Amino acid sequence: MAKISIDNVTIDAIYSCVPSGKIKTSSYSLFSESEAILFEKTTGISERRVAKDHTTSSDLCFYAASNLLSDLSINLQEIEALIFVSQSPDYFLPSTSVTLQERLGLDKNCMAFDINLGCSGYVYGLSVISSLINSGLKRALLLAGDKSTISTSFNDKSTYPLFGDAGSATLLSFNKDAETMYFDLHSDGSGKDAIIIEYGHSRYPYNRYIDEEKEYEEGIKRSRNHLALDGMKVFNFALKEVAKSIEECLMYAKIEKEQVNYFILHQANMLINESVRKKLRQTEEKFPLSIHKYGNTSSASIPLTITVCLQNQIKERQLNLLLSGFGVGLSWANVFIKIGPIKAKCIEYD
Amino acid sequence: MNVEELIYFIEEEFDEIQKGSLHPTSSIRNMDGWSSMHALILIALVDNHYDILLTGEELKHINTIQDLLETIVKRKS
Repeated sequence: MAKISIDNVTIDAIYSCVPSGKIKTSSYSLFSESEAILFEKTTGISERRVAKDHTTSSDLCFYAASNLLSDLSINLQEIEALIFVSQSPDYFLPSTSVTLQERLGLDKNCMAFDINLGCSGYVYGLSVISSLINSGLKRALLLAGDKSTISTSFNDKSTYPLFGDAGSATLLSFNKDAETMYFDLHSDGSGKDAIIIEYGHSRYPYNRYIDEEKEYEEGIKRSRNHLALDGMKVFNFALKEVAKSIEECLMYAKIEKEQVNYFILHQANMLINESVRKKLRQTEEKFPLSIHKYGNTSSASIPLTITVCLQNQIKERQLNLLLSGFGVGLSWANVFIKIGPIKAKCIEYD
Repeated sequence: MNVEELIYFIEEEFDEIQKGSLHPTSSIRNMDGWSSMHALILIALVDNHYDILLTGEELKHINTIQDLLETIVKRKS
């Protein structure tokens, strides 16, 4: 059982960054009017943000981080670790985190590495960076973001209208008075095909495996260089595992559901989040949604939801939060954490 | 659990279905514009009301509302 508790770490600020470019679900030319309405009703996505061609996930994280560091007047010498969580890195190599260390002007004594996870990545990243801080680091930056729109085929109705681009930056520091964080982490590689980009890395190298688009079923036309999503499998996985693991996490933390102010779930699909909410018998108000305006933003969805839905409350007081990330891997993770009062802000990038 | 109750839940959930139009022998998948989205909504509905998680494979073999009820009953037992 990967259940861990971590002391001595506080979150000082959370920033997110989204591209200014908006695309409405109703403008997707492959949807009929009724399909667009049903898609919006089911997924909750009425519009999403799409980055320009030259903008990467690291750019969005960079702008979130540089604004955060500047607004809080942070001494850059104090940042001793930088972790970049993403499945859309800048290069095959080197690690994007190392390039971000230089771009942000951080000291060479700052450790930097990437974590290759998607929807569960923010919670996984929090567990790793908090463990490092508890082991003796002073301050650290967790950057989580994805440009998922680069990997979907326009001709695939099951993926193209789902994803939005976003980046985030979370600043954490050592604090001996901090409240304990309680993590619950899982993985199940038997579901690897449920969300996959098959071609392009070592098993099917980009220089030997280039695929033409083909129609898998009506409305689903893509190549194996594109993201493939088995919606039914992912949906079943989420309904089977998420609510159960949230309850396990809260039990581990010895916290009743009623003591949680907000459940911040990965924003994959409103139907999933609603189903989880009903299983946990909680009110809609306790499950904030950012998916309506931003789509599925992968590793950035949890910090993005905090910055757009809770920024005023979390500025004023401490909130009891249950963060839950789940998806590609399959991988899922929860944390019960007390955050605030802190500055949380979402910025736009052209 | 009975077929009238299941029909009620389905007619409440799907805006596209006129209330009172479904019968035990009605085919769910022959509904106008049936899509994978409707399948997800149906899985969520069954999970929410009966605590049974249908797989995509099971759903492929379900045609009528009576079939759906029988699958739920079988899984419950």
